[in-house]
Amino acid sequence: MTFKLFTLLLQAAVSTIGISLVSIAIGFVIAILLSAATLSGKTIYSAPARLFVSFFRGVPLLVQLLLIYTLLPAIGLNVPSIVAAIIGLSLCTAAYQAENLRGGFSSVPKGLIEAAEVTGFNPLQIFARIQVPIALRLTLPTLVNESIMILKASSLVSVVGIIELTKMAQDLASSTYQPIPIFLSAGLVYFVICSTIALLGRYAERSMARTSA
Amino acid sequence: MTLPAIIIRNLVKRFGETTVLQDINLEIPEGKVSCLIGPSGSGKSTLLRCLAFLEESTSGMITINGEALGFFEKPDGKRERLPPAQIRAVRAQTGMVFQQFNLWPHMTALGNVSEALKIVRKLSKADAEEKAMAQLRKVGLENRAGHYPSQLSGGQQQRVAIARALALEPKIMLFDEATSALDPELTGEVLKVMRDLADEGMTMVVVTHEIGFAATVGQQISFLDHGKLLFSGPPSEVFAKPRHPRLDQFLDTYLDRGASMLI
Repeated sequence: MTFKLFTLLLQAAVSTIGISLVSIAIGFVIAILLSAATLSGKTIYSAPARLFVSFFRGVPLLVQLLLIYTLLPAIGLNVPSIVAAIIGLSLCTAAYQAENLRGGFSSVPKGLIEAAEVTGFNPLQIFARIQVPIALRLTLPTLVNESIMILKASSLVSVVGIIELTKMAQDLASSTYQPIPIFLSAGLVYFVICSTIALLGRYAERSMARTSA
Repeated sequence: MTLPAIIIRNLVKRFGETTVLQDINLEIPEGKVSCLIGPSGSGKSTLLRCLAFLEESTSGMITINGEALGFFEKPDGKRERLPPAQIRAVRAQTGMVFQQFNLWPHMTALGNVSEALKIVRKLSKADAEEKAMAQLRKVGLENRAGHYPSQLSGGQQQRVAIARALALEPKIMLFDEATSALDPELTGEVLKVMRDLADEGMTMVVVTHEIGFAATVGQQISFLDHGKLLFSGPPSEVFAKPRHPRLDQFLDTYLDRGASMLI
C-alpha cells in the first residue's frame, strides 16, 4: 500500500462525497414537496406522493439504479452515468427523508400554526416561515442519519459505471494484489467521512438547542 | 352610542354530535373590556376561537366592525364561505393571545414580534424591527429582544406574545386564558399589561378564570354554562347579590384571591 494508491482512493472519495451531497440536497427538496403533498389532505396530491414513497422504499437501490440507467436511454434521454446515479440516489433518499419530514411536520405544535394564522399569514407563508424551520429542527437527527446511509449506499453507483471509493478500491485491489490493506484503507476513509457528518450534525443540533425549546 | 365592535348572532358550534355553543347572541362593545367566564367546558374558549376564526361555527353570524367574519348570509338565510383573502382581511382586525403563548421557538422575541410586520405587512426589516421594538418596550421587554422563547419565563413569553399581537395594530384583542398556564407569581405582570391596554381604550375580549381581574377591569361580564350564554352585563350587576345561582356555584369552585372580596 503506497502513498500513491492512497491518494487514488482519496480522489475517488471526493466523487463519493460529491455524489452523496448533491443527492442528499436534491432529495431533501423533493422530500419537502412529497411530505407537504402527503400532509395536504387532498388525495390528488397525497396519493401520488405515497405511491412514490412506497416504490422507492420498497425496491432495492441497486435495482433502482439499474432501472434508471436503462430506462432513461430507452425513453430517449441520453444522460451521462453520473446524472443517472444522482437521480437514483436523490429519488431514493427523497422517499426516506419525506417520511422523516412527515413525522416532523406532524409534530409541529398546532398552536404555533394558529398563532401565525391569526397574525394574517397565508398558508404558504405559514409553511415556509413556521412549519419548515420547526420541522427541520425536529428531524435534523434523522437527516444526519439518512445522510450517512446515503453516503455508504453511494458505493452502489459503481454499477452504472461511476468510479467512486468502493469501485476504486476494487480496481486497485485486483491490479495490485493487495486487497486487505486497500479495503482497510477504503473502510477507514468511509469511517472518517461518516464520523465527520455525525460530528457536524451534533454541532448543528447543539447550536439549535441553544436557540429553541 | 357607537356600533358594537363584535356582533354575535345565533351562533351555534357543534363538534360532531356534541353541541358546544347553543344559539349565542352577544354584542361586544367598542373600547371596553368584555370578559367571558364560566366553568371548564362551558364553551367560552370555543366562542373566542370562533371570533378568531380558528373554529368555524356551524351556523349563525359573527360581524366584526360591521364586516362579516368567514361567512356571509344570503337573502335566503343560507351561509356562504367568503374567499380566504377576505377572511384574512377581517381577521386582521383582531389580535389573539393564547393560553400556551405559542411563540415561535426558532425566532427571538424581536423576531416573533417583527415577523408578521415583515411577512404580512411587507415592511422592510429595519422598519419592522423598529415597530416591534416599540411594542416590546410597551410590555417592558426591550432588554429581552434578542432572547429566544426558551430563555424567557412564562410571564415574559406571554408579554412577548401580547406584543406580537399588538404589532399589527388590531382594533380588538382576544385573550384566551392568557394567565392560566402561568405560575401564580407570574400572572401579575401579564395582568398588568392587560390592564394598561384596557386603560388605553383597547377593545378586549377576555376569557379568564381570574375573577378578580374580570370584576375589577371587566366592563361587561358574560357567563357561559354548558354552551349557553346565561347572562351578560356590567360587573356591578352581575356580581351584585342576589346572584344567579349558577354563578354563585361557579364562584365557590373557582374562588381566587380577587374573587374572595366579592363573596
